[in-house]
Amino acid sequence: MTWFRREKQRLQLPESTHIRTEGLWIKCEGCRQIIWKKDLEANWNVCPKCEYHFRLDARERLRLLLDEGKYTEHDAGLETTNPLDFVDLKPYPDRVRSAQQATGLKDAVITAEGKMGERATLVCAMEYSFIGGSMGCVVGEKITRAIERAAAQRLPLVVVSASGGARMMEGTVSLMQMAKISASLARLDEAGLPFLSVLTDPTTGGVTASFAMLGDLNISEPGALIGFAGPRVIEQTIRQKLPAGFQRAEFLLQHGMLDAVVPRLELKAFLVRTLGFLMG
Amino acid sequence: MTFDPDKARKELEGIEREIDALGNNSSDRATEERIEQLSEQVRQLRADLATHPSAWYRVQLARHPQRPHTLDYVQHLFQDFTEIHGDRGFGDDPALVAGLARFHGQPVVVVGHQKGHDTQQKLRRNFGMPKPEGYRKALRVMKLGAKFHRPIISFVDTPGAYPGIDSEERGQAEAIARNLREMARLPAPIVVLITGEGGSGGALAIAVGDRILMLENAVYSVISPEGCASITWRDSAKAEQAAEALKITAYDLQSLGIIDQVIAEPLGGAHADPPKMAQLLDPILEKSLYELQQMPVPELLERRYQKFRLMGQCFRDGTG
Ligand SMILES: [Zn+2]
Repeated sequence: MTWFRREKQRLQLPESTHIRTEGLWIKCEGCRQIIWKKDLEANWNVCPKCEYHFRLDARERLRLLLDEGKYTEHDAGLETTNPLDFVDLKPYPDRVRSAQQATGLKDAVITAEGKMGERATLVCAMEYSFIGGSMGCVVGEKITRAIERAAAQRLPLVVVSASGGARMMEGTVSLMQMAKISASLARLDEAGLPFLSVLTDPTTGGVTASFAMLGDLNISEPGALIGFAGPRVIEQTIRQKLPAGFQRAEFLLQHGMLDAVVPRLELKAFLVRTLGFLMG
Repeated sequence: MTFDPDKARKELEGIEREIDALGNNSSDRATEERIEQLSEQVRQLRADLATHPSAWYRVQLARHPQRPHTLDYVQHLFQDFTEIHGDRGFGDDPALVAGLARFHGQPVVVVGHQKGHDTQQKLRRNFGMPKPEGYRKALRVMKLGAKFHRPIISFVDTPGAYPGIDSEERGQAEAIARNLREMARLPAPIVVLITGEGGSGGALAIAVGDRILMLENAVYSVISPEGCASITWRDSAKAEQAAEALKITAYDLQSLGIIDQVIAEPLGGAHADPPKMAQLLDPILEKSLYELQQMPVPELLERRYQKFRLMGQCFRDGTG
């Protein structure tokens, strides 16, 4: 639930984290070298020099994973009706509208069907730049429908997470989406169909504490931040500095919480190969 | 004219009874209109009750150090409570208690967050904030109950799951997630009682069930009002405003379809008279358990699935 603050920080240094900005070059977070934007984009936002993984938006993620970058989107029109009439400094519908304009999406996830290594697969990709990838009733409903579709059509499911957690402006309604999605995953589990969870930078809060950690395989990318509580909340609670690398994918791998950390350029091959083992 | 919550509560109960009676009869046009009219009154009364007293006042009551906690309810409601410790993997978490007990003679399983009333207890119980081993213990004991067809009663009262280095190392998120998935399919009736603070994922991790009952001054939220205030208004002093905006009171959540029933508290709040609070809870718990135990397990599980499946139908199709 700390996406607001992080959002602010990012606004102060847009060129270092956001890819689609003006200018032809950017400075890499990993190696501090100047790299050409088009080289970075051609390499799926992985630094060609040091392999630092920049974030990848939902559309690019689907293009990366699905054969020829082709897919059919489901439930693309679903948008929230503001269950709490939430107003803080700005009415919630205004925030949603600006996120919709900025991303061209109605909410923070794309649910799609396409072929992955020639196998029909349902793939959901979360969009972090849509209100911090937060999960409200639309994200909850779309992912649940994707799970139900996977069970009905006997297809494998891949969900790529990128989220600060539940969406505060939808209050307890958003909290309940954790239970709703997890309940439908129980049914997918009983149907004997594979669910591969890909946790990308960042995946925290209610998304980690529900579907993202419930994969038959939980996979991440190098350097991704993954956790339940945000690092700031933990620091405030325990009043000490966090160790280096804390809550990064490699830390979770070491503590037994992930099955594998896979570089982005090898991710599709990894998913195709493991689904081949599981589905025969 | 000042708002009288007691009067409003009685009025609400009367109207709800009337709707139930009408709903059971054959529905003609006139009956439907009458139900619609009464439902509007229910919405209005719940909205009034949600703000009298204010959400922020209820937050204070929900956190009151003398408010009864799980082990207090255990003492007043159950017999032969036998505590069961440990997650069989790492350790025993005092912030979450679990055990076997009898309720009106019937064997049941009890789990619940445990806070403390004084400083020493609070520290020992980590202020009711469980670590992964707490959630894993809860699941282990609930599974034990289901294996022997014992109903499960879960008491929810936590500021949240503990945010610490050790919690993260041992997979706080995984522990909560697993509980959500497994509770959705546990083949035994589950009654959830939200008795104090329903603090986000740390509360939900033991709050998936067939009946969700909530005490009148309990709160249930995705984030603390202070946390919300510091994020949105950048000022934790705006917590009062945030508490209102987040719709965290029992009446709000009943209107949103998230909880099933609001349970009245003694005058002044549960802390004013814990034995009386337990006495008010007892028949409602008994009735809920009785109803759920009449249901064959497949039907119970289907209804539980649909209950959560339908939460948050707050969207429209904005295509075109
Ligand atoms: Zn680099």
